Amino acid sequence: MSTHHIHVTINGTLHHADVESRLLLVHFIRDNLNMTGTHIGCDSSSCGACTVHLNGRAVKSCTVLAVQANDGEITTVEGLATNGALHPIQEGFHQCHALQCGFCTPGMMMSSVALLTGNPNPTEDEIRWGLSGNLCRCTGYNNIVKAVQYAAEKMKS
Amino acid sequence: MAEIHGLGSSMKRKEDARFIQGKGNYIDDHKLPGMLWLDIVRSPYAHAKIKSIDTSKAAKIPGVLGFITGKDLEKYNLHWMPTLAGDKQMVLPIDTVKYQSQEVVAVIATDRYTAADGVAAVEVEYEPLPVVVDPHKALEPGATKVRDDKESNRIWHWEVGDQDGTEAVFKNAATVVKEKIYIPRIHVASMETCGCLADWDGVNKQLTFYVTSQAPHIYRTVLALVAGHVGLSEENIRVVSPDLGGGFGGKVPVYPGYVLAVAASVLLGHPIKWIEDRSENLAADSFARDYHINAELAADKDGHIIGMRMDTVADHGYSDAQAAPSKFPAGMFHIATGSYDFQKAFMKVDGVYTNKPPGGVAYRCSFRVTEAVHAIERMVDIMAHERGEDPAEFRMKNFIKAEQFPYMSALGWEYDSGDYHKALKLAMDMVGYADLRKEQAEKRARGELMGIGISSFTEIVGAGPAHQFDIIGLKMFDSCEIRVHPTGKAVARFGTKSQGQGHETTYAQIIAQELGIPAEYIKIEEGDTDTAPYGLGTYASRSTPTAGAAAAVAARKLRDKARKIAAHLLECAEEDLVWDADRFHVKGSPTKVKTIQELVFAAYTNYPADMEGGFEATHYYNPPNLTYPFGSYICVVDIDRGTGQVTTRRFVAVDDCGTRINPMIVEGQIHGGLTQGFAPAMMEEMQYDADGNLYGGTFMDYMVPTAVESPKWEVGETVTPSPHHPIGAKGVGESPTVGAPPAFANAVVDALWHLGVRHVDIPITAPKVYALLKKHGAALEE
Repeated sequence: MSTHHIHVTINGTLHHADVESRLLLVHFIRDNLNMTGTHIGCDSSSCGACTVHLNGRAVKSCTVLAVQANDGEITTVEGLATNGALHPIQEGFHQCHALQCGFCTPGMMMSSVALLTGNPNPTEDEIRWGLSGNLCRCTGYNNIVKAVQYAAEKMKS
Repeated sequence: MAEIHGLGSSMKRKEDARFIQGKGNYIDDHKLPGMLWLDIVRSPYAHAKIKSIDTSKAAKIPGVLGFITGKDLEKYNLHWMPTLAGDKQMVLPIDTVKYQSQEVVAVIATDRYTAADGVAAVEVEYEPLPVVVDPHKALEPGATKVRDDKESNRIWHWEVGDQDGTEAVFKNAATVVKEKIYIPRIHVASMETCGCLADWDGVNKQLTFYVTSQAPHIYRTVLALVAGHVGLSEENIRVVSPDLGGGFGGKVPVYPGYVLAVAASVLLGHPIKWIEDRSENLAADSFARDYHINAELAADKDGHIIGMRMDTVADHGYSDAQAAPSKFPAGMFHIATGSYDFQKAFMKVDGVYTNKPPGGVAYRCSFRVTEAVHAIERMVDIMAHERGEDPAEFRMKNFIKAEQFPYMSALGWEYDSGDYHKALKLAMDMVGYADLRKEQAEKRARGELMGIGISSFTEIVGAGPAHQFDIIGLKMFDSCEIRVHPTGKAVARFGTKSQGQGHETTYAQIIAQELGIPAEYIKIEEGDTDTAPYGLGTYASRSTPTAGAAAAVAARKLRDKARKIAAHLLECAEEDLVWDADRFHVKGSPTKVKTIQELVFAAYTNYPADMEGGFEATHYYNPPNLTYPFGSYICVVDIDRGTGQVTTRRFVAVDDCGTRINPMIVEGQIHGGLTQGFAPAMMEEMQYDADGNLYGGTFMDYMVPTAVESPKWEVGETVTPSPHHPIGAKGVGESPTVGAPPAFANAVVDALWHLGVRHVDIPITAPKVYALLKKHGAALEE
């Protein structure tokens, strides 16, 4: 197994590491850097619990190799709040009761932010389709849709 | 002063802060110095002899440190373990595997990648054996025997009710309807899989076991029972169940991987982590349902239901590994007389072994209630259609009436309270039932297919009263311990374990209601067996009925103590004190007041001479009865004759779970539960081929609904408090999962009945519906 030197900026901090070529980005973030907010719910890119932003786009970090993130900029759930102030999507999830067990929540919020970045005024259907790569087993999605609408409103002002 | 946020307050959840900031603490987030990884070699066959196991190649991989086989465990008599249903299952096999994905060899390595390399390099030679997958075939004479240690594939036979009396009413019935109803094998598929981290301290002989468990106290006792003979003594076992990424019943059983991690930690002297991947979770962890029901319903000439019979085959796979109370091998399946007033019923169930993974967990269901509700609600609909009666009117005619509660059902359950007419009436008003029926008639005249399905379910939750309910002998009470600190802030600990239900908020609200301490100042802790009082855990919607009740009773003990202190401070008789939200005042003298904060402070600083200091109380609550939540759901579907696609246009859910502690959380649970009812009704099934191979071992083919498929839920409520629960609450987590599937099935059949369709088994997929349309000449073809 070959080893590669990578440098990746995560939530504004530059990290250098020697990693195996097969190391998944999600394991790099969780196991190597001990940032455990990004979760693993499947192994087939189906559930979206591992969603992070790589160079501004939402990606499923279980299906990206750490070496592919070399020279990249990553945002994880730990980087959503700024200077202690919650991001509107975090507020929305709390205010609208859009989480129960919390396991899908980080990925769900990262996908929501990416959706709102590309489409600041989504319809309900666009929200549902926009989050169709993320599974939630607890909430039934009604309140997640509301949370995204809450964040959309908040981000306009 | 902060708001109290007692019963009825939709306060935002206290636990959210960590989850929305990526600071949840789930099992795979744990890391210990020196930690090693365990991974598992699994059987590709559903039934096979193990001819040889060769670990030599794997052992050469740098970082692979060890292996555990069945023969290794046999030396310590640890190759078998008990199930919570009183059966047993292999931890690892000695010579024969009995289901696909069964654990065969454990590999321990320095990290998860190396452990997986090791698994891939272990060579196991198998000799395939005949497989029995169909439980009906398993009962035939000469069938392949699944269990070498048993006489036959019949695990148990269970009967309840009046067989002769029921036969007599069927003989005299005006209408009898019969149907074969299959409730398919499904999986809880919580978003977090199962896993553990075992940390054996060989010097102090102490095991700390972090594990995804809905029932940590049971785990501790099971570990002591399984491994007591090799030195694991219960006082030296600490089980910690951290944040759980969903549970739904799947995190009640003890899995072989847990025992392997503990064994590996003892053998290697390192902390050992085992986290299953999604395919292992789907293929090997406990499944749910898998009931084959032959149901019959009898009515008299006026359309009153007079009798019910059900003959059921329950497929448990290779071991009865359900977590059912020991006196009820088919759980509470005999709630199947449902919401209807009739007194003759008879049910029998055969539990059967097959070459499939073990289990039969109560997936968001109080032990087989989902199966029961589906059967009765389908049969009631078939009867109504058969008699040409409107399904809503037929239900109204046959419901138990509000004034009949408490009501003794034909099969021996005492329903505590209910008003079924009111709930269905509200659901009909919300959905606009009469107009929908008109629209349906117009559409039908134009050849369009639209269906309206009703489910008026009665749940049975909160196991349970000690005289009836135990798991491996442990009575099913639950507990709460409250400690209030001198400044009037509290910590409360429970024997249950939240998996997303919001206990940190709702339990605090119960105590806030009783004691007047604001909920935000009451810290709730669960899941650490070293600190929490003993309890049987969270499943079967039992947390509010048992531990929630314990919280109210423990808080009331403290309020009684506060009253004594208030009488001492205000120099009056206890009887002269009036409680008002968070304070006592002297009757007739509203200015002579002591707040709860003052009284708690006095419990540490200025209490009566004959009183113990401090302000703590514990209660182990033994519920006098179960609780019986209920509701009426109405589903409206449109069916595409060109594709068989069923679209849910409306879904109205009226739930009555008694007193609502936090209405926001209750509603959230209903949304989620409805989606977990929609999933098996329309999408999910674990199917096996004749060789016992699982179709659908990943999320690419086990179809968990996304936001796109999931219907938009409309919810309503009625409130009929439980008369025996301290705060009148009944529990709600499971009602929607239990109540929703027949509403979907009834809606689809309602749309197709005039074509000659009487029944369709769930999941109702488009290909299945299209085949029905073709069979009955109603499909649009190219």
